Amino acid sequence: MAFLLRLVRHRSSAVGLLVLTLVLAAAILAPILYPQSPWRMVGRSFLEPYAMQRFPLGTDALGRDVLSGLLHGASVSLMIGFVSTLAALVIGVPLGAVAGYLGGRVDDLAMRFTELFQTIPSFALAIVIVAILQPSIYSIVLAIALVSWPPVTRLVRGEVMSLRSRDYVQAAITLGQTTPRIILGQVLPNTIVPIIVMGSLMIATAILLESSLSFLGLGDPNLMTWGYMVGAGRTRLIEAWWISFFPGIAIFLTVLALNLVGEGLSDALNPRLARER
Amino acid sequence: MIRFLLSRLLKGALVLFLIAIINFLLIRAAPGDPATVMAGEAGAADAVFLEQLRARFGLDRPLWEQLFLYLKGIATLDLGFSYRQNQTVASLIGDRLPATLLLTGTAFAVSLVLGILAARRVGRWSDTAITTAALFFYATPLFWIALMSQIVFALKLGVVPNVGYETIGAGHSGLWRALDIAHHLVLPAMTLGLFFTAIYARMMRASMLEVASFDYVRTARAKGVAPGIVTRRHIARNAILPVVTLAGLQAGQIVGGAVLTETVFAWPGIGRLMFEALAQRDYQVLLGVFFVSSAMVVLFNLVTDIVYSFVDPRIEVGA
Repeated sequence: MAFLLRLVRHRSSAVGLLVLTLVLAAAILAPILYPQSPWRMVGRSFLEPYAMQRFPLGTDALGRDVLSGLLHGASVSLMIGFVSTLAALVIGVPLGAVAGYLGGRVDDLAMRFTELFQTIPSFALAIVIVAILQPSIYSIVLAIALVSWPPVTRLVRGEVMSLRSRDYVQAAITLGQTTPRIILGQVLPNTIVPIIVMGSLMIATAILLESSLSFLGLGDPNLMTWGYMVGAGRTRLIEAWWISFFPGIAIFLTVLALNLVGEGLSDALNPRLARER
Repeated sequence: MIRFLLSRLLKGALVLFLIAIINFLLIRAAPGDPATVMAGEAGAADAVFLEQLRARFGLDRPLWEQLFLYLKGIATLDLGFSYRQNQTVASLIGDRLPATLLLTGTAFAVSLVLGILAARRVGRWSDTAITTAALFFYATPLFWIALMSQIVFALKLGVVPNVGYETIGAGHSGLWRALDIAHHLVLPAMTLGLFFTAIYARMMRASMLEVASFDYVRTARAKGVAPGIVTRRHIARNAILPVVTLAGLQAGQIVGGAVLTETVFAWPGIGRLMFEALAQRDYQVLLGVFFVSSAMVVLFNLVTDIVYSFVDPRIEVGA
């Protein structure tokens, strides 16, 4: 509770939290407000915003409701952002923990491997992976996870390295606990705070990545996404700006909100760092 | 010094080698037998032709031998053949590379200049404005900024061209052609430059603030050196080093930005080539661009490393 208070006291992160709640509400309410598929043609094409009361954000080239697409897109963005971040953590945390705890050769090898992945242009790699595996929600999540784990590994490794020399870890070693047990039971729980902070920022990056992939036509063909909507409106930009405009705003607000919350989390969970900034 | 150069070169070569292996594995993972795909692209798929293709590209040999052939090809700049465009992948990329280098180079320069300007005004309203703008651009999808600036500056105001590299059929040459290209470059370079600014302006600012707290800066001030000179000579010069290192490490982001910017503005670089290859599912070209852009990042890092060891004596040459 005190933690929540601290988070809200931070004005910008309170705003972020509010926006995020709205996006979440949109995702939850979409199937209730617009039970029909967002792909369905429901009106005349190229209706301007508020040309008809029924379509406050207008319709696109095929007469699909832009607002309906926007609301349905919210759940896709949040879901892909969250799941792919989780997947990246599943790759990055164990690797970083093992490298940082064992040190030496293992650490060296793990770090060279991480550097290799950091050198490869991440967006280009994501494009290639999705194109080769064919666009689907699974290939997109996999691609985003594969390009976003390296910073996690570096972070966890650094934390674990400094924790390893603490007295309570040394005590556990003396007591004869096995290495996996020490890593899981003593070390990793103490790295959770920075991982949460980084995770919230990674969700934002993942949402941007997903929208860029969808924009290039690499989205899941069954899902209405914000990136796809911007891309679809591209060819009729002059006559129908609203088709591309509103989804872009939605991406911007969501990503900004996640960044603000991430910064707020970092300050609230780690007051020492906040003062240094 | 020579040992340092050699070790860096060796490290770069090793990374390239590993990337080539990843690339090879990705090619194998592409849908369909490569021979069938090539035959389909060439428009003929009888059994004899398939066998010929397999023999020609060594697809009938064991995997490790194929890998060896592939690496040998890469060493001689042979990145495969695109049957769809009836050209070698290397020549397709070679044709498009200069446009990408021009675009990304200009954009990078724009972002550095803006970053330094931002950091010089720390604490004033312009600093707040730039920091806020950086946060804004950091959270905005690049392709969307590109589209919106296209609407405003090209389609509504008409001050710059909408898409393309130069005016088609204008027949300019020499200086006029350069000016025409520069005119087309404004919008894509500004868009991409602002995107980089979002990343680097914040870094540059933080780095400047850190350097400004050092003793020698206080000494310089105490000596009565003019504030402008302290900022430029004592702070900015030292603060830019870590930023450029980070820029080198993040050079991969530049490639991603180029794909999106070139796609929106129909800029004929390798990013646009990647988008076209994507639309046609031309995997040879797709992976060729992927490999070349990775190689460019490795090269860029190598160059910054080496330039740095000359510029900054604090960097351990022996390491």
